[in-house]
Amino acid sequence: MSKQHIRAVVNGDPVEFLSDPGTTLLDALRDELRLTGSKEGCGSGDCGACSVLMDGRLVCSCLVLAPEVEGRRIDTIEGMAQGGVLHPLQQKFIDHAALQCGFCTPGLLVAAKALLDVNPDPSESQIRYWLAGNLCRCTGYDKIVTAVQDAAAELRQVRRAS
Amino acid sequence: MTDVLNRPSTPQLKVVGTRPVRPDGVDKVTGAATYGADFHLPGMLVGKIKRSPHAHARIVSIDTRAALALPGVKAVVTAADLPDLASEEYEAGESASNLRDLSLNVMARRKALYDGHAVAAVAATSSAIADAALDLIKVTYEVLPHVIDVEAAMAPDAPLLHAHMFTEGLDERPALPSNIAKRNQIKGGDIDKGFAEADVIVEGRYTTQAVHQGYIEPHACVASFAADGQCQVWSSSQGQFMVRTYCAKVLDLDIASIRVTPAEIGGGFGGKTTVYLEPLALALSRQSGAPVKMVMTREEVFRATGPTSGAVILVKLGAKTDGKLTAAEVELKYQAGAFSGSPVGAGSMTALAVYALENFQITGWDVVTNSPKVAAYRAPGAPIAAFGVESAIDDLALKLGIDPITLREINGVKDGVKAVYGPTFRNIGYLETLKAIKDCPQYTAPLGPNQGRGVAAGFWFNVGGESTAAVHISEDGTAVIATGNPDIGGSRASMAMMAAEVLGLPVEKVRPIVADTASIGFSMLTGGSRTTFATGMAVVQAAEKIVAELKRRAAVIWDVAPDMVTWENGAAVCLDPSKEGLRPLPLAGLAAQSAKTGGPISAEVSLNAQGAGPGFAVHVCDVEVDPETGHVTVLRYTAAQDVGKAIHPSYVEGQIQGGVAQGVGWALNEEYIFDSEGKMENAGFLDYRVPVASDLPMIDAIMIEVPNPRHPYGAKGVGEAPIIPPLAAVANAVRGAIGVRMCDLPLSPPKIRAVIDAKAS
Repeated sequence: MSKQHIRAVVNGDPVEFLSDPGTTLLDALRDELRLTGSKEGCGSGDCGACSVLMDGRLVCSCLVLAPEVEGRRIDTIEGMAQGGVLHPLQQKFIDHAALQCGFCTPGLLVAAKALLDVNPDPSESQIRYWLAGNLCRCTGYDKIVTAVQDAAAELRQVRRAS
Repeated sequence: MTDVLNRPSTPQLKVVGTRPVRPDGVDKVTGAATYGADFHLPGMLVGKIKRSPHAHARIVSIDTRAALALPGVKAVVTAADLPDLASEEYEAGESASNLRDLSLNVMARRKALYDGHAVAAVAATSSAIADAALDLIKVTYEVLPHVIDVEAAMAPDAPLLHAHMFTEGLDERPALPSNIAKRNQIKGGDIDKGFAEADVIVEGRYTTQAVHQGYIEPHACVASFAADGQCQVWSSSQGQFMVRTYCAKVLDLDIASIRVTPAEIGGGFGGKTTVYLEPLALALSRQSGAPVKMVMTREEVFRATGPTSGAVILVKLGAKTDGKLTAAEVELKYQAGAFSGSPVGAGSMTALAVYALENFQITGWDVVTNSPKVAAYRAPGAPIAAFGVESAIDDLALKLGIDPITLREINGVKDGVKAVYGPTFRNIGYLETLKAIKDCPQYTAPLGPNQGRGVAAGFWFNVGGESTAAVHISEDGTAVIATGNPDIGGSRASMAMMAAEVLGLPVEKVRPIVADTASIGFSMLTGGSRTTFATGMAVVQAAEKIVAELKRRAAVIWDVAPDMVTWENGAAVCLDPSKEGLRPLPLAGLAAQSAKTGGPISAEVSLNAQGAGPGFAVHVCDVEVDPETGHVTVLRYTAAQDVGKAIHPSYVEGQIQGGVAQGVGWALNEEYIFDSEGKMENAGFLDYRVPVASDLPMIDAIMIEVPNPRHPYGAKGVGEAPIIPPLAAVANAVRGAIGVRMCDLPLSPPKIRAVIDAKAS
């Protein structure tokens, strides 16, 4: 089968690439666009390491076919820091030692951002259930929950100030 | 060079013990960090593996002709392309490997020994062509009976994995081969006498299932084999030097012809202390003349790597009514997987290590089974043994009516006590760790209906070993630290902190890197909780050499005797009274003048660190059992640990919390499930369920600092001890909640429901 020509907006920039119909969005991001920040931990939507936003909605990019993103907006970990300035979630993950090996971190950050976009003041329990689709084998989640809470508090302060 | 003993304690630490951000933090929160699967080379091929669908089968023939003829296929490799190695033990730190077994695990020869065992590998120009080529490889098998259960494998009539395996460690060499590779035994005193003196005896039989390390990053590498025999490997592992050695052995190459560059590692927990892909990627690259990338799927990770042993644990304890243990007998039967080498030896040594005992006997059996060859998993062997012993201790406490912490205090080891496994303990903090849990708020918090509380203790040796570190001072007085240990959980931070402490620099002026095998001297792999201790010691000694050199150069500049210079706050200070008024010479000033005072300022130290202090962990877990579903919720968890000195407390806490989470998964959810043909039924994260965020509460970590005098700052390994107590802590809490002892892990809802139903009827 011949390749399809896909056009999409990734992290705000227009992109074009050729894709087999069966190629996943994750493989397209990693192999065609060389955006390797999204990781493959399972390929079956169970670990969340490949989490990205598609038109603002949190998805596992390993479960999305590349041709499905035609005309859509994709946001990956590479687009989270703006102009060299870390997003508060990224900064709080570092400040709170919320990562050890770091492999699950991009997916957790994308998922946490999606949470704070819809719920600026989540409880510990809401954070835990929202992030239940993102496996971390290193941290026991404790410091991740703390980092998300702290980032949420900072973002609320920024919103109030602006 | 060896480590220095009895170093005077450093009075005021400026960097060690603080919580700076990690040097690799930004790379890891922006997606820039490069893991094993993130490498890309021009002209790179995709390598894939064909795996046995049978748990035990003779390989009659492998026909690769059709695969090789497929356009786009550039190489096909089978065992025929690898040297048939002789049996040879290779000491690799925490665990020895047999190189022949290693090679046979990388690629099956004559027999496939487990479902998922590699039988052939291909390299092609695309993933789809590689998949098609795998289908075109025709393997003819003669399927053999298989055995996975450890006790079934020990039976005299069990299917035999290796025709020439005669049990080692028996009083007499057995007449017939068996699946029992080895028996080990540790004895002291007279257990018959000890049990005769006991007022109370408890006995139990406990089982655990094989569990996987569950690192989120699947194994991945890129390898290039040039026409002149020079090889390069980029891979995610716990040791670039380990990868180099194993590749050289499996392919019969010179070690120096292979350069291994460590990728960032996405978790290992012991599971990346061996090789699966790298030798095959090199063999495929040699045949094709192009670089080859290989990345496992999650299913391959489950079927063909890891796990740790499933086991049967028998425990018998005798005690006086005052709680004093009179005798302990432990028997451990561990699955090794397809090749010998289960962690039953470490399980035996650690099983009773927290108890001061006169009369004891521990017997361990290492048993081969038709399942993936086990790999190290965080404190290998110890959690399994502790599950049995700490469950039995809990029953003993109940029977005696003694608080479970008090019972452990009565029998606990302290300085001067000879450990069951041999050495005499020095500078340990076990009793302090027990007290920390006794005093923590959770221990006396009220429990509601269907709730229970469990405590358990654990011991791990920690290791030292061979490490190299280099310190280079830049012209502006900043420093680069190079070591040979992959940073698996924040070790770059602790290396930079220790160097900064010695040099008197702010930690952000120290840049730590993990160097490739051609750029730094040898280091054993990151494992055994050794890196902060042993590699940290090399870093400190290299930085001290730099300071000595800086003092010498300052003395030259000032024209004073070298012993008239001291180093304070990152600057040389002149002590010579005749030179009164001289301002201190900071590192930056000395670095700027380096060309005039002797050239570049660098030091490299290689050492074999001895004196790793053992770690003790005591945990308390509160659970609630849902009587309708049998589901266990972990309500509260506090973990105390004797950590020596926490170099970066946040990452020590992180190790403790992460170990607890893995242990809770082991206790409640995780297990390998095989069908009647020996195929793994749950080779994915949906059905092999590791703990997710909503499964766990916050985990309180208490760090007990009893400094290890063998390390410059008192550090000891911290990464492994925390996975040891949770299995029994959870099971003991469930015992408290439902009033029944559960002896078979995991404590899954159906098992608990069955017990609750049986109790009700």
